[in-house]
Amino acid sequence: MAVTGFLTDSTLCIGCKACEVACKEWNDVPDDGFVWSGLSYDNTLALGHSTYRHVKFVERQPKSGCGGNAGEQLTWEFSSDVCKHCENAGCLEACPTGSIVRTEFGSVFVQPDICNGCGYCVVSCPFGVVDRRPDDGRAFKCTFCYDRQKAGAEPACAKACPTGSILFGRLDDLERAADRRIAQLHASGMTDATIWNPKETSVGGTHAFFLVRGDARAYNLPPKPEVPTTLLKQSWSAAAVVAGAMAGLSLAAFLYSSSNRRGAK
Amino acid sequence: MKSHIPETRLDEIRNQAALGQLDAKGVRPPGSPFPETNSYYGLPIVKPPVWTWEIPLYFFAGGAAGVSSVIALTAQMTGASKSLVRDARWIAAIGAAVSGPLLILDLGRPERFLNMLRVFKPQSPMSVGAWTLTAFGTASAGAVIAELLRMRRVSDAAAFIAALSGLVMATYTGVLLGATAIPVWSRHARSLPVHFGASALASASALLALRGHDEPALNILGLAAAALETYMGIEIESCDDVESEPLRNGPTGLTTRIGGFFSGPLPLALRLLGIRSKRARRVAAASALLGSLLTRVAWVEAGKASAADPRPLLK
Repeated sequence: MAVTGFLTDSTLCIGCKACEVACKEWNDVPDDGFVWSGLSYDNTLALGHSTYRHVKFVERQPKSGCGGNAGEQLTWEFSSDVCKHCENAGCLEACPTGSIVRTEFGSVFVQPDICNGCGYCVVSCPFGVVDRRPDDGRAFKCTFCYDRQKAGAEPACAKACPTGSILFGRLDDLERAADRRIAQLHASGMTDATIWNPKETSVGGTHAFFLVRGDARAYNLPPKPEVPTTLLKQSWSAAAVVAGAMAGLSLAAFLYSSSNRRGAK
Repeated sequence: MKSHIPETRLDEIRNQAALGQLDAKGVRPPGSPFPETNSYYGLPIVKPPVWTWEIPLYFFAGGAAGVSSVIALTAQMTGASKSLVRDARWIAAIGAAVSGPLLILDLGRPERFLNMLRVFKPQSPMSVGAWTLTAFGTASAGAVIAELLRMRRVSDAAAFIAALSGLVMATYTGVLLGATAIPVWSRHARSLPVHFGASALASASALLALRGHDEPALNILGLAAAALETYMGIEIESCDDVESEPLRNGPTGLTTRIGGFFSGPLPLALRLLGIRSKRARRVAAASALLGSLLTRVAWVEAGKASAADPRPLLK
């Protein structure tokens, strides 16, 4: 089975939130509150246990003008965020029940019939995607429409996207498409368009990757995400050293005690 | 003229606005300077841990139980008093018996706790921990039950297994927090197991001391733990990076410092200055116990505070 992916192109996104709606409806995801955030048109704010697609509204701050003159133009960009389906997925490695698996499409999937809600995937995701649904108790995140892909259909968000900002397809095809799109954008003068796909980090690239403008940090896309398993070696080494030291110290302390007792006799 | 803000606040706002940095939350007045930011409205990147009070309490109970079983074994090997060995074994067994329910209670689906034993994943500290607790709980309970049934060999064998798994119990929880995406935890991935180990050592020897055992060995262990805790406190204080901010600032910083004081300098001073006083040793033990519990709470809460701050991840 071919590895599939998402290419989300922020230069084509119009912020309509059709992906959010389609995802909620298809996956029967519950309501997770209604707040006016005051942060541009983004009242969704983050991916979470009941939000698998999240449209970001990035307002670039203009340099303020002087004496009432206009500064730089305010820019307004949109980008639909989603689970990254990491090549080395922190949540998958951390899951103690084996509930989180890699599917035949290369995506990362939480099996709801196995998850016992331990919450360890929540702190192991470098992108803050997976979360525990409080009233349900289990962890949820984007399923990459596993059910639809099984049936040969594209994910709900990609199908509902009216502008082709969310592209679904074979991962290798999408990577080539992204390169072509970048070349096209650069040629037409949009030289700040870049691809965010952390291939050089321990995450090893993501199956959902993004075309954004300028500094990807403005989209809360971390520049150097690391999968937590890279910390295991140093942490376990420290644990082994301190465990050995405690055992040795305890033995030495009681040997000292026993020699004292013998001396007193 | 009645107002809910003092008149000086208006001066403050004017001065901040003139400098281009209004620190007020809420609506930005039209035309006010936009603060420069390289994040998405400063919103968090990682999710905070969903764990509640059960988890720090488990770290405390499991750690104390784990080191207790080590003390039980080493005390027995060196011919220490039978009552000390028995009490240490009982503390291990009771600690393990409390640990299981605490962990199950914290699950989102407690009825599915057995799914923890569906697979063994060495790359998941949570999986290693579940299996370790299973082994430790069985062995430490086996040791005291076999002792009650006067099956000495079985009891000693179980106590040996309990001590081995107890060492993991006392330290793996540091790895559990360290090997995550939470900045304050991953920044301290190397020192967390040491800190938690020292905390477990302090609480185990303190519990035995408070049970009335006045073995010099317990004082040595308490002294070593307090010295190590003091060192850890200094190390934390000297970390001035943005990742470690929750350990210094705000309510979590305060908890860290209070926990550190009761774990490190206070018992260290009591044990060194009151070297001949049994009373000083007991106060030191009580202080270490409180410090250990506060330290676990502080680390978990610091993780929650750390998850809210996107800065370390956007560097």
